[in-house]
Amino acid sequence: MSTAANAGFSLMANLPALQVVVPMIAAPICTFLRFRNGPWAFALLVSAATFWISVNLLMQVLGSGDISYEMGGWPPPFGIEYRVDTINAFVLLIVSGVSLITLPYALRSVEREVPRDKHHLFYAAWLLCLCGMLGITITGDAFNIFVFLEISSLSTYMLLASGRDPRALTAAFQYLVLGTLGATFILIGVGLLYIMTGTLNIIDLAERLGPVSDTTSVRAAAAFLTVGIALKFALFPAHFWLPNGYAYSPSAVGVFLSATATKVSIYVLLRFQFTIFGDIPAFAELDFATLLLPFAIMAFLVGSTVAIFQTDLKRLLAWSSIAQIGYMVAGIGLGGVDGLTAGIVHLFNHAVTKAALFMAAGAIFLRVGSMHIDKLAGIGKTMPFTTLAFVLAGLSLIGVPTTVGFISKWYLILAALQHGVTGYAIAALVLASSLLAVIYVWRIVEVAYFREPTANREVTEAPLSMLLPLWALTIGCFYFGLETGYSVDIARAAAQSLLGVTP
Amino acid sequence: MMEWLGQFNYYVFAILMMAGIYVAMSRGNLVKKVVGLNIFQASVFLLYISSGKIWGGTAPILGDGLTQPISNPLPHVLILTAIVVGVATTSIGLALIVRIKEAYGTVEEDEIAEAEALYEEELIRAEEAEA
Amino acid sequence: MIEHLVPRILAKLLIPFILLFGLYVQFHGDFGPGGGFQAGVIFAAGIILYALIYGLDRARRVITPGLVAFLVALGLLIYAGVGVATLLLGAEFLNYGALDSHDPVHGQHLGILIIEFGVGTTVAAVMITIFYQFAGRLQITRELESDETDDEDGEEEEMTGSPQ
Repeated sequence: MSTAANAGFSLMANLPALQVVVPMIAAPICTFLRFRNGPWAFALLVSAATFWISVNLLMQVLGSGDISYEMGGWPPPFGIEYRVDTINAFVLLIVSGVSLITLPYALRSVEREVPRDKHHLFYAAWLLCLCGMLGITITGDAFNIFVFLEISSLSTYMLLASGRDPRALTAAFQYLVLGTLGATFILIGVGLLYIMTGTLNIIDLAERLGPVSDTTSVRAAAAFLTVGIALKFALFPAHFWLPNGYAYSPSAVGVFLSATATKVSIYVLLRFQFTIFGDIPAFAELDFATLLLPFAIMAFLVGSTVAIFQTDLKRLLAWSSIAQIGYMVAGIGLGGVDGLTAGIVHLFNHAVTKAALFMAAGAIFLRVGSMHIDKLAGIGKTMPFTTLAFVLAGLSLIGVPTTVGFISKWYLILAALQHGVTGYAIAALVLASSLLAVIYVWRIVEVAYFREPTANREVTEAPLSMLLPLWALTIGCFYFGLETGYSVDIARAAAQSLLGVTP
Repeated sequence: MMEWLGQFNYYVFAILMMAGIYVAMSRGNLVKKVVGLNIFQASVFLLYISSGKIWGGTAPILGDGLTQPISNPLPHVLILTAIVVGVATTSIGLALIVRIKEAYGTVEEDEIAEAEALYEEELIRAEEAEA
Repeated sequence: MIEHLVPRILAKLLIPFILLFGLYVQFHGDFGPGGGFQAGVIFAAGIILYALIYGLDRARRVITPGLVAFLVALGLLIYAGVGVATLLLGAEFLNYGALDSHDPVHGQHLGILIIEFGVGTTVAAVMITIFYQFAGRLQITRELESDETDDEDGEEEEMTGSPQ
């Protein structure tokens, strides 16, 4: 334990702690701000600060390698360590970036959908959710992951239930039951690992797991962990909570959660599978990442198919999310540097695409008042900018070249083709599901542009505070599809560091 | 035989875990689901704490030096946190149930599904009346 | 003959001792079983016993919902405040040794005492809030139905429990 330092306060050295502490302190302060737009402005300020911190951390990691921060001054195996490496920093950037870009959008959307006297609590829950997700990503201690996971999950239940739609309440309850099951499975897995090795620090666990890895306890721990995490990111058989949850919650919440919550859970999967269970010979024959591959394929096939038949726009987008999560896990399941790169780059690309789509859907809801597809007739004429953004982001969902969706699918197919005949089959299925995506995006295009607007409701273009973030993300879909240097290089570096391969 | 008796806690953990999951999944009443989750979480506490016990160990409090073996204090701390998480989850679950009861008048899952279908039909009818 | 005479008298006798025991558990956490969570719950149990026997309205007058909401936030801010103080004194976050530059062990002692107090405050306040919200639900819905506009802030909050 280091003695009390005389050096004075250094901002840069303490960034890992501040990444989590800033939103955590901001949340209770937010509950005191009852005046108009106070909570929103404060949340925006805090998100900007968190984004600045995560950019700095990414720069530091890319420049000088992994950062290790000892909480409370206790050195790693004894204390909680915050460890930032490439994959961490990337996910931190995604989470804080999404929060920053969603908050300007949220001003009008939340005003409309959440009762005014609950705003201070709504934004406090938003900040707590942000704090939880950043904490999951940055911590290097397995039990700490569980604690922050529950912080973010509990805030998510509150955010989902904060709108006026009563169907959101049952959706939030269903998510609560399934989410608690998942988190408790993770708790059991971590407990079994602790019993077998005596440590909770992730790096230490990886080192100590070798000798005891051929026991039933460790295999059971791996099983519990995988199932628990799969429940959290809505992998195919455990996806039931996602469509209802995202469909009936306030639009800003849908944007924020669809672009971050599942990504963070996939990061947790990566961390446990590759860092802790990585070099274990007992798992060399059949590791859980490969076991998840069939479920991932079912996810992107079933998700895309069910999305075609949806009548509610947000539910359609939610089912599409389930399909996209299937792509990410398929990339991870295929393994190797290429497969992991595909999975990780899709974390970023899907966040940008889905956030844009949900923003467009929320803007449409603000003006039209309903998410039923038939009610969206003619919005191509009455809300031209919003609909155009929706269509462009939809192109990214399909994977048209020059969009980010294409980049992800390109790397996924590249990774699949390295696996022989089954690889060809998987690549064919990925292309087939892209065609399914064309169908459900075309449905919206057809209703929006090729039908006459219903005459009774005065539908105007969305407000500027919603259009600007929407278009920023839509342009991002194309910018990061052409200038792939940022996302793909970082993803490849992250994949290499996870697999322990020297570049 | 002695080994089986020594592992008694872990058998109880397994039984409670499965009982809790079964109740949470199979019962239609929302309050019973929350109770099932509680049983499940309690079983996990049992797992952690049983693993920390050392035969002949006393309470892990640092008096004037260590004269006896002490039980591992770390699982206790982990479980304190997990208990608080469980309490928070239960309270949010119950609060959601109260609001569901106010919205739909029932806490049985199948009746809620019917009420939701009715709500959606009324919503569609209201929108068509506007058109 | 007052209603429920025996419970009322017993409650009046016991509640001060319950609260005192809660404070005892709070501050003896480093000498025996105890600490923030346990103490907070015991303290809240005393207040809830008072509310059960004497009625929710009287309890609300003694410990107002506004005060309780403030205490929820205050406890967390005390905890994080200690962490920020250690940051400003130049050490890592929550390195209590930095609190007392001459004797790190005393700094540890002081740090843990303060953060446990923060935890105890938040836990007690959250438990009381949960009780007020659930027990007062009927009243809240009647009031919400009777006013057309819900522009009252502060009094009735539908805070669905706060994760600590």
